Amino acid sequence: MTRKRRRLYLVLGGVGTLAVVSALVLSAFSDNLVFFYSPSELRDHGVPEGRRVRIGGLVENGSVQREPNGKTIEFRVTDGKMDLQVDYGGVVPDLFREGQGVVIEGALARDGTFHAASVLAKHDENYMPREVADALKKSGHWQGEQAATVKQ
Amino acid sequence: MMVEIGHFALALALCVSLAQSCLPLVGASRRNLALMEVGRGAAFASFALVALAFAALINAHVTSDFSVLNVVENGHTDKPLLYKITGVWGNHEGSMILWVFILTLFGAAVAWFGDNLPPELRARVLAVQGMIGTGFLLFILFTSDPFLRQLPAPENGQGLNPVLQDPGLAFHPPFLYLGYVGFSVAFSFAVAALIEGRVDAAWARWVRPWTLAAWCALTIGIAMGSWWAYYTLGWGGWWFWDPVENASLMPWIAGTALVHSSIVVEKRNTLKSWTVLLAIITFSLSLVGTFLVRSGVLTSVHAFAVDPMRGTFILLLLLVAVGGSLTLYAVRAPALRGGGLFAPISREGALVLNNLLLCCAAATVFLGTLYPLFLDAVGGPKVSVGYPFFDRTFAPLMVPLLIALPVGPLLAWKRGDLLAALQRLGAAFAAVVAVILGGLYVTRGGPVLAVLGFALAAWVAAGALVEWSERVRLLRVPLGESWRRARHLPRASYGMTIAHLGMAVTVAGFAGSAFEQERIDAMRPGDTVSVAGFTLEFTGIEQLQGANFTADRGSFILRRGGAIVAEMHPEKRFFPLQQTPTSKTAIHTNLLADFYLALGDPDGKGAWAVRAYWKPLVPWIWMGAVFMALGGLVSLSDRRWRVGAAAPARRGAAVPATAGE
Repeated sequence: MTRKRRRLYLVLGGVGTLAVVSALVLSAFSDNLVFFYSPSELRDHGVPEGRRVRIGGLVENGSVQREPNGKTIEFRVTDGKMDLQVDYGGVVPDLFREGQGVVIEGALARDGTFHAASVLAKHDENYMPREVADALKKSGHWQGEQAATVKQ
Repeated sequence: MMVEIGHFALALALCVSLAQSCLPLVGASRRNLALMEVGRGAAFASFALVALAFAALINAHVTSDFSVLNVVENGHTDKPLLYKITGVWGNHEGSMILWVFILTLFGAAVAWFGDNLPPELRARVLAVQGMIGTGFLLFILFTSDPFLRQLPAPENGQGLNPVLQDPGLAFHPPFLYLGYVGFSVAFSFAVAALIEGRVDAAWARWVRPWTLAAWCALTIGIAMGSWWAYYTLGWGGWWFWDPVENASLMPWIAGTALVHSSIVVEKRNTLKSWTVLLAIITFSLSLVGTFLVRSGVLTSVHAFAVDPMRGTFILLLLLVAVGGSLTLYAVRAPALRGGGLFAPISREGALVLNNLLLCCAAATVFLGTLYPLFLDAVGGPKVSVGYPFFDRTFAPLMVPLLIALPVGPLLAWKRGDLLAALQRLGAAFAAVVAVILGGLYVTRGGPVLAVLGFALAAWVAAGALVEWSERVRLLRVPLGESWRRARHLPRASYGMTIAHLGMAVTVAGFAGSAFEQERIDAMRPGDTVSVAGFTLEFTGIEQLQGANFTADRGSFILRRGGAIVAEMHPEKRFFPLQQTPTSKTAIHTNLLADFYLALGDPDGKGAWAVRAYWKPLVPWIWMGAVFMALGGLVSLSDRRWRVGAAAPARRGAAVPATAGE
């Protein structure tokens, strides 16, 4: 085993592993990159059923309905222009409330409702996910001062 | 008055750090012993000064001095004493003070324990520590001053974010920082070695204990964060691949690689250049983690209200530290040639494989964490990278690592015999087959991946035990002889066995989560539901008044086969000051499985949403992490770190009958 030989093995091993890793990363990226939309963008982009996306907006006032089994919850997410009917069969975070910003991840079902796989509403009552704030700004429903306590 | 003293001490610490970063370097290049010794004095002095500043800030928080802006923003007189203290680092400014406090602590420790270091090396290491300290002290004094006054002082403070008022989270930052900042010592040693152009076995012997100590602390810190998420968030998830978690995972992975590659430098005097690079990368990832968490590019509980100046400053600091050290590496690394040769199948080869896989794993986490930020920064679409990405990139890299793990320590240095090593692992093969068959039988062909996960855990655990029994020649020599050998094995080898067993325990914990059962129901007092063979009775709910919150406290009785197993009291808390609700879950554990109970929202008609989970083996995830850290500590107690540089001559005599470690 000469020095050159050893270096060759190391380089071959390194390059081989890198190739495998790049393949893994690229294939995982192409399937698992989750795009973020506001409800209007979701409509505009024509996102196909079943494709996993994130939606950000406000929980519409008066839209939250809990099923009596304590499990399923239905609500609408709005960016002021467009709203989206969401159902979720899990545990909403402590800070989930009407009028608050949320980010939901899931996919559109055939009937046009959005099946959420997870609901994020984080950490403090003034908190608005930055994506939601940007989406609201874009749709012209950003209420500057009222929501200016956004913590990023 | 205390506050001004603290502020002054901090400014003075900056001056001392500045001196610490220049004078010893000059001294080392001119071989001027007096100048070199300045490094030691400065390291002690800056530690004392920063400790004074830290104490002043803690004092301000404990006495609720609301003339200090930092206390106003985070303190409140109603807060329990524990959270008044931990609230010091529950905010940006205070946490940066903690960061520098730990940095100077490590600097002082190097000065204190570095008696057997060559004076030039010690001077250079302390100088690099001084540079890092200077950078962060500048950052604190110019962008994040915790001692700013607010006059007139308000009546009371705004209180600490309720989710941070929790014992698990109270001690998570100090451990995490001990890890992050501890890697700075390895970094300083690496940079000093590059300046000197010399890396030898003695160098690795000095670097390893520091790296190991930092790694242990980081392991505990990450485990605490994950445990906190588990019992706080109300549905029992323990890892979310959240960017903030990834920020701490990346240095941990790189640090794990560093702990392993420095073995090769120490024992075989090879892979030097790579190890130096790895030390730089590890600390750079710690800095990246600090940047991610502190600069506000991420939205999370860690990102306190942010001033863009801070992000820019940390980014600049990051560029100087990473760019500078990598440039130095590019210039000086070619001087670090040499070292023993080894065949691909050898202990060294196995450790190279370990490093290769760990570094690739760190790279995938890095990509997945930073790609969305990068895309956002260049004006691309908003995306997020969730757990499916990491499941598909990180996991496939960890599986070969774990498969190779038991084999590596059984290979000889230089040139190993793979077949012989595999033959010695016969018992481990048997364990794997038994677990697969038994697992498939018990779960009736259940989730195959989980069963394979258990098999992997069994393989790693059995492999670690096989390696130990090989060392003591168990059953091949009389038991008394094995016992004698067992007592004389170096602590470092026990450390390895314990840490590898810990890894196996954690992997089993991961696999066990595939078998969890959940039940979400609306319950009224008096209702009973059954979950995973348990029956759960809701007996009532009462209102409680806490120190700074009100709570609805549910009472439940958990039974199994009629016998009472536990009474459980999950709470829903409300902090009026911040208008924030939090959950306090109730967990009954027998260390094999957790029964996890969380109280949801009332429906207004007398029923409460109740979420009950049975989570088999989940406690093992953190138990394994504790084992890993314990392994590191046992290894740290090895006598060869204490006997110091003169050890190589004596090693053969002290440890007979080991075919190398």
